[in-house]
Amino acid sequence: MLKLLKYLQKKEVGMIILSIGFIVLQVWLDLEIPDYMSTITTLVQTPGSTINDILLNGGYMLACAVASAITTIIVGFLAAKIASRLARRIRSLVFNKVVNFSMAEVKHFSTASLITRTTNDISQIQMIIAMGLQLLVRAPVMAIWAICKITSKSFEWTLATAIAVVFLMVVIITVIAVSVPKFRKIQTYIDNLNRVSRESLTGTRVVRAFNAEEYQNNKFEKANDDITKTHLFINKFMSVFDPAMMIVMNGLPLSIYVIGAFLISNAGMLDKLKIFSDMMVFSSYAIQVVMSFVMLVMIFFMLPRAQVSARRINEVLHTKPTILSGEGTDKPIKVGEIQFVNVGFKYPDAEEYVLHNINFKAEKGQVVAFIGSTGSGKSTLINLVPRIYDATEGQVIVDGVNVKDYTIEQLNNKIGYISQKAVLFSGTVESNITMGTKDGQKPTAEDIDRALEISQSNFVKEWPDGINSRIDQGGKNVSGGQKQRLSIARALARNPEILIFDDSFSALDYKTDKMLRQAIHEKLSDTTCLIVAQRIGTIKDADKIIVLDSGHIVGEGTHEELMQNCKIYKEIALSQLSKEELKNA
Amino acid sequence: MPRFGNNSAPQKAKNTKQSIAKLLKYIKSFAPMLIIAIVLVVGATICRLVGPNQLGKITDMITQAIPQIKDNIIISPGIEINLAEIMDIAFLLIGLFVFSFVANYIANVLIGTVCFKMSKNLRQDIAEKINRLPLKYLDRKPYGDVLSTVTNDVDMLGQTLQQSASSLVGAIILFLGSLIMMFVTNWIMALSAIASTVIGFAIMILIISKSQKYFIQQQESLGEVDGVVEEIYSGQNIVKTYNATGEVTDKFERVNKKLYTSAWKSQFISGIMQPIMGFVGNLGYVVVCVVGAVLTMKGMTSFGVIASFMIYIRFFTNPLSQIAQAMTSIQTAAAASERVFEFLEEEEISDESTKEMTVDISKIKGNVKIRHVKFGYDPDKLIIHDFSADVKAGQKVAIVGPTGAGKTTIVNLLMRFYEVNSGKITIDGISISDMTRSELREIFSMVLQDTWLFEGTIRENLVYNKEGITDEDLDRVCEACGLSHFIKTLSNGYDTILSDETNVSVGQKQLLTIARAMLQNTPMLILDEATSNVDTRTEELIQKAMDKLTENRTSFVIAHRLSTIKNADLILVLKDGDVIESGTHKELIKQKGFYADLYNSQFSLEGAEVTE
Repeated sequence: MLKLLKYLQKKEVGMIILSIGFIVLQVWLDLEIPDYMSTITTLVQTPGSTINDILLNGGYMLACAVASAITTIIVGFLAAKIASRLARRIRSLVFNKVVNFSMAEVKHFSTASLITRTTNDISQIQMIIAMGLQLLVRAPVMAIWAICKITSKSFEWTLATAIAVVFLMVVIITVIAVSVPKFRKIQTYIDNLNRVSRESLTGTRVVRAFNAEEYQNNKFEKANDDITKTHLFINKFMSVFDPAMMIVMNGLPLSIYVIGAFLISNAGMLDKLKIFSDMMVFSSYAIQVVMSFVMLVMIFFMLPRAQVSARRINEVLHTKPTILSGEGTDKPIKVGEIQFVNVGFKYPDAEEYVLHNINFKAEKGQVVAFIGSTGSGKSTLINLVPRIYDATEGQVIVDGVNVKDYTIEQLNNKIGYISQKAVLFSGTVESNITMGTKDGQKPTAEDIDRALEISQSNFVKEWPDGINSRIDQGGKNVSGGQKQRLSIARALARNPEILIFDDSFSALDYKTDKMLRQAIHEKLSDTTCLIVAQRIGTIKDADKIIVLDSGHIVGEGTHEELMQNCKIYKEIALSQLSKEELKNA
Repeated sequence: MPRFGNNSAPQKAKNTKQSIAKLLKYIKSFAPMLIIAIVLVVGATICRLVGPNQLGKITDMITQAIPQIKDNIIISPGIEINLAEIMDIAFLLIGLFVFSFVANYIANVLIGTVCFKMSKNLRQDIAEKINRLPLKYLDRKPYGDVLSTVTNDVDMLGQTLQQSASSLVGAIILFLGSLIMMFVTNWIMALSAIASTVIGFAIMILIISKSQKYFIQQQESLGEVDGVVEEIYSGQNIVKTYNATGEVTDKFERVNKKLYTSAWKSQFISGIMQPIMGFVGNLGYVVVCVVGAVLTMKGMTSFGVIASFMIYIRFFTNPLSQIAQAMTSIQTAAAASERVFEFLEEEEISDESTKEMTVDISKIKGNVKIRHVKFGYDPDKLIIHDFSADVKAGQKVAIVGPTGAGKTTIVNLLMRFYEVNSGKITIDGISISDMTRSELREIFSMVLQDTWLFEGTIRENLVYNKEGITDEDLDRVCEACGLSHFIKTLSNGYDTILSDETNVSVGQKQLLTIARAMLQNTPMLILDEATSNVDTRTEELIQKAMDKLTENRTSFVIAHRLSTIKNADLILVLKDGDVIESGTHKELIKQKGFYADLYNSQFSLEGAEVTE
């Protein structure tokens, strides 16, 4: 939490100091009000005082109340500003950090968790800062000041107040101590409940086929029982809270008055009035003191939650991206040659290597395809080229230069990468296709046209707004196949020397798949293509097919060659049975 | 407990009244508990209301004891305080406070109990509802939605009700009670106190109505930030590889700035609510003091009245904000309950409790006739056009064909996961639509491609809901499935818990599902692509287990790889929802039709011509 506060700027620190000043002022004003009350009390009991005197003091009292309200509003304003400014800054920092993360870091946190960290967690922090500033400062100041004011009045009254405070503290702390661990337990029970419901949902067919509906219901009931029992247990403790507050709030004035009665009864004639007006004032101070302590405890109760959020944010901010931009190179050659030299790879936290000793070379204009069962490492392999991951061992060389030596931007400009899951961003078709290109290097209208044509995205032209058609968030308003074709167009519009298709064809139907490959073959014969595919049909015509099995290259050659000499390739080919391939066979 | 920072705009329900009416039905069975709770709250609150009045009496007794002094001359000495009477009042009050403490506590516990038990019932009903929904619904609905209803919505409902219900009753009574008490004690002061509070609240309502738009704005910008962040984070590797970091950062900064503007405004407004409430309280306090003092000087009231009013004014203003907060919570609860009831009211599969049991499972032979079945998931779009087949008892029937030909749909119809549009399926002459679903499913065992196992011991997963399974049965079945070795290697044998952490391969999982089906020992069997997710070596193992399983049972096998069904008694070749060929492997190869093509093309790649 404190670590996050260092992102405060001078201006905000100034604002904090200012608001502390106002809070102190406000406490002073709040404590003045009972003092005027005391004056009025004295006036009423003193014969000969005029109504004007009372109204005058009443006016002062009112002025204090108004002034106090104004200061609180100022403090509220400052607190809201400080908290939102800080939240905005941290949100920007987190966002910037995350967009520069490499895949390894994203996977480490998981996308869903990163989203929560950027949104909810920061909102939590904003809230605690805005409120904390007001309460955390106000409560102790109020408590101390009010205590100072009352202790001089009477020992007995102070003792009564102290007893009330201690009583409430004991109640609150006991309730919290008992219920917090149980609350944690509830979390596991909720997970349990979720698990059982998920089971019923994912296994509906099995559950019904086995007539096991009752079985699942009983299982759910058990999980449901656990959670309800814990809730009821906590409820028994939490329920004591409100009544306890009430008894203190009512009992404290009563005891002050009763004590007051005894004090006045025993006091000398001249002191009686003084003690009486003190008593009236004291009862309002005492409540203030008790409330301040309650507020303090509340903040400490809330703090852990904010602390968790703060830690989650800090984790992101303090993670160093593992993939850093290289020095850059001024070799101007634009070829499109890729070479893997003894490349090995394992995921950061994993023990086992996913790729072992990979060696191959793709010449300019060649189509090199990768195939293998799930988990064979084919996607991982091509991800090493655009440095989505970095090779653990060996070298990945593009145009004679190790990929790590390029600046990220240089490298990315050579590559058109198309992911397995097509991703579009909100905006227009055009903004998606020209995404990330610098002014001056923006694809021309012809470039875009050509890209749309090759990627079989001509459907765009039939839309009323053409390439200016809106794309919704996450591309929800276009179909899966259209999305994939547009994402291919995006890669093509940049005229890259290397195209990387990470299983990008699966979302396309056979016909489009075929036409697309044909177009690429005819119109982009100088572009080097790396293709990962599931379908044999997609890669049959590749210049070179590399077969992977458990991270090893087990075959390399053309389709015909591999059918002769690679058992695994043959197995994969045989298991694929579809109308399309049958026709071709 | 007071809740802080409740600064989100309430979620609006489409029809609050209706949702609440439905909720009341759930609470009905707890009515006695609730009535007791309400009586207790009313009693406790009345006790609290007596407090200030008695405190006023004490104050009056004290003020009478104070001598009137002017310029150090005692004008009148004052009456001696009757300490015994004060102690009597004090004990009475302590008694009342203790009673209200106990009564409030019991009421809170009762209300909490009702809310949590109601949540429990709701959850149970939702869980059981899942098992009664047609697959038509479940196959379409994202699991996340249902899960969030079971947990989030029900929790939200229970907790908001608990928090607002207990405070609402007390608050309303306290509010009305203090109003009455104030008027009874002194109507002039009552009016001035109320006037000051009304002014205060008018200011507050003005601010709230003006500020509502900022809360909505904040909610919207939060949504926008969420959307942008989600979109960019999920496409993060594309953003990076296309050098588009700068571009997306601009996009993000735009929404971030918007959020900042609306956030500080709504934060500010929710932050000053409390102070304004404080001001309203102070204002009342000042007015009571001044008006009371003036009245006292005129001899129209006494000091005790001021003292009691100072407490009444707090009793009067506090409940107002509590009521306002409870109203917001009830809105949220209504929105949640609307989602819950929407789910609970989804159309269910037809009720069959009135259907007569017609089948004696032990006598089922397994002759299946399928006659002119037509079916489409979408009524306008038929997937199965006209499907007919005859299967004799004990036969192994294979259904083959390209993806999308409707193979799995046949299983859905056989098991009545979906109902046929027209046509008829009979088993031993009895139409399956005349059987109850549970009868039908008792006849079949099923193994699916999706290896569904749950977190629990291996024993629990194998036995599942079958009763009377001994360890010998388990041993026998596991031996037959080739699982014995695997289970022996586990430290706890059958009692090993399967969870995400346990190292069980897909193949082993598949074998476990086959063993589970085998234990059911039913006359008929369905195997839907049970081997497509495993490597060839495991496939052999599973194939062997399946052959054991299909012995002497009428079985339907759906397969991707044709080699696995060569020995079937009947092969149905499905294409575009129609059976285009049927017969044994030999017959079909002879026909040189689609199947022969299919089969040969598979092997022509190997270069071996099939002549059989």
